[in-house]
Amino acid sequence: MSDIKELENTVIQVRRDVLRMVHKVNSGHPGGSLGCTEFFVSLFYNVMETKLPFDMNGKNQDIFFLSNGHISPVFYSVLARKGFFPIKELETFRLINSRLQGHPTTHEGLPGVRVSSGSLGQGLSVSIGAALTKKLNKDSKTVYVLLGDGELQEGQNWEAIMFASAKKVDNIIATIDLNKKQIDGSTDDVLSLGDLNMKFKSFGWEVINLDKGNNISETISSLKEAKSKLGKGKPVFILMKTEMGNGVDFMMNTHEWHGIAPNDEQLKNALKQNPETLGDY
Amino acid sequence: MDNYINFGSKDTRSGFGEGLTELGRNNPNVVALCADLTGSLKMQDFKNENPERFFQIGIAEANMMGIAAGLTIGGKIPFTGTFANFSTGRVYDQIRQSIVYSSKNVKICASHAGITLGEDGATCQILEDIGLMKMLPGMTVINPCDFNQTKLATIAISEFKGPVYLRFGRPKVPNFTNEKSNFQIGKGIILKSGKDVTVVATGHLVWKAIQAAEEMKKHKISVEVINIHTIKPLDNQIIINSVKKTRCIVTAEEHNYLGGLGESISGMLSKTHPTHQEFVSVNDSFGESGTPNQLMEKYGLNKESIIDKIKKVIKRKKIKL
Repeated sequence: MSDIKELENTVIQVRRDVLRMVHKVNSGHPGGSLGCTEFFVSLFYNVMETKLPFDMNGKNQDIFFLSNGHISPVFYSVLARKGFFPIKELETFRLINSRLQGHPTTHEGLPGVRVSSGSLGQGLSVSIGAALTKKLNKDSKTVYVLLGDGELQEGQNWEAIMFASAKKVDNIIATIDLNKKQIDGSTDDVLSLGDLNMKFKSFGWEVINLDKGNNISETISSLKEAKSKLGKGKPVFILMKTEMGNGVDFMMNTHEWHGIAPNDEQLKNALKQNPETLGDY
Repeated sequence: MDNYINFGSKDTRSGFGEGLTELGRNNPNVVALCADLTGSLKMQDFKNENPERFFQIGIAEANMMGIAAGLTIGGKIPFTGTFANFSTGRVYDQIRQSIVYSSKNVKICASHAGITLGEDGATCQILEDIGLMKMLPGMTVINPCDFNQTKLATIAISEFKGPVYLRFGRPKVPNFTNEKSNFQIGKGIILKSGKDVTVVATGHLVWKAIQAAEEMKKHKISVEVINIHTIKPLDNQIIINSVKKTRCIVTAEEHNYLGGLGESISGMLSKTHPTHQEFVSVNDSFGESGTPNQLMEKYGLNKESIIDKIKKVIKRKKIKL
């Protein structure tokens, strides 16, 4: 287990990776990536057991799915820094002939990715399937999945939410990145999600509220609390409040940085706010 | 090989049901999912014998396709069951992203395909499913012709690694293929040898093609009948070899001509061996309510249509390509 200071250093380095990746190709999604950096670092460096080399079947391993595939930069950075593939490969993000497609895919054989995502609303169903297989295989490990809040507007999620509680899929932890922002504005303006806490509870899920999703200790503690609730007949949601663009002052408090890359000057400014810790790729 | 008898009409979906039941007994990795159509899909026996490996998803096909994709992670072989319309058009993006682009070993098993779904009408029928599925890179598309072949196909796809679309139907149709034959994915079967015209048929149209060939015999026209059960990958060679001999072809299927088997064959032949072709298929329209037989007659998916097209294409042979 890594101590908090070390994890915070990793967060800063991952932020740098995210910013440099999207800047290089002048495309990609920095906002949500930066908002979920603490979550990814907490999950991959502390909470989840990961095994290398990568095995698609993930038997007797914790496994993770990313449903909101557009935050691929943070996913790729953490996978690379955890040793799933060479860190150097991050420089191929979104380039032709790269395994690091704009949205994650299994198609190019990138270790760490178990399903393609990009078209929203599909990851929860897939993770439920993987959780059912774990039960059939008498595999006691956990299935984790991350969803964006905006993608809860996709109806398939609600089919999956209904199913998981009705069928007692109690080996899954689904985290919602509650940044309350989507491409066209705030989720409240575009299509209000309503009271998610109440909705999820009434659908029969355990719900944990993580109010500081950009705080490493609190994120770890919520993930651990979620784990302690597994195996009791209910699936578990974490409602994780985050700040889109966290760690870069001019990217915070706005939805503007959902899907655009910083220019040279903005990159310089953003990197200055996040000085190199583990070494750039 | 030229004489075929009907051992007794049966629905192809029951062939699927029997195949799945057998898989349940012999392959512990096979799991089944159904979206509230267990009886229609003949999945009850599998469900009763393997309750822990059967997942009732409810009326939520998108979720079913996603769960099926996830079940493969850890080594299960999921068979999903619902009507063809709800197995394809309704869930195209889920199949595309979570299953096929993700290379998941899911078997999408679709009953009530085509117009012979009958009385429920066009909202529940589908005549576009072969096209939708064959366009997906890496998808295998299979449309067996009778009960025995559907059962064999169901078992065969469990041993094949990769996404498969298996299409079958609702009504009782003649059961005439050998229950002990070896089902080879991607291999066509010559049911009758002939020299004047090639008829390539799939699904419910295969028996009608045999009947048409028998009738043509009376008119001294020798028809080669090929059963193409695997629409993708297509057995190019068996078709090319046949048309080299006959110099004309009729394709027959219970599907829109756009996107169907006939289209695949004409595309392939135009590149390899341009050949006069006539199509027995639905002419770019939706279906409607009616009994399966009435609908097959109205939409020209019958023996008479095959005979008409045979005569027409033989005449066209005089025109040099």
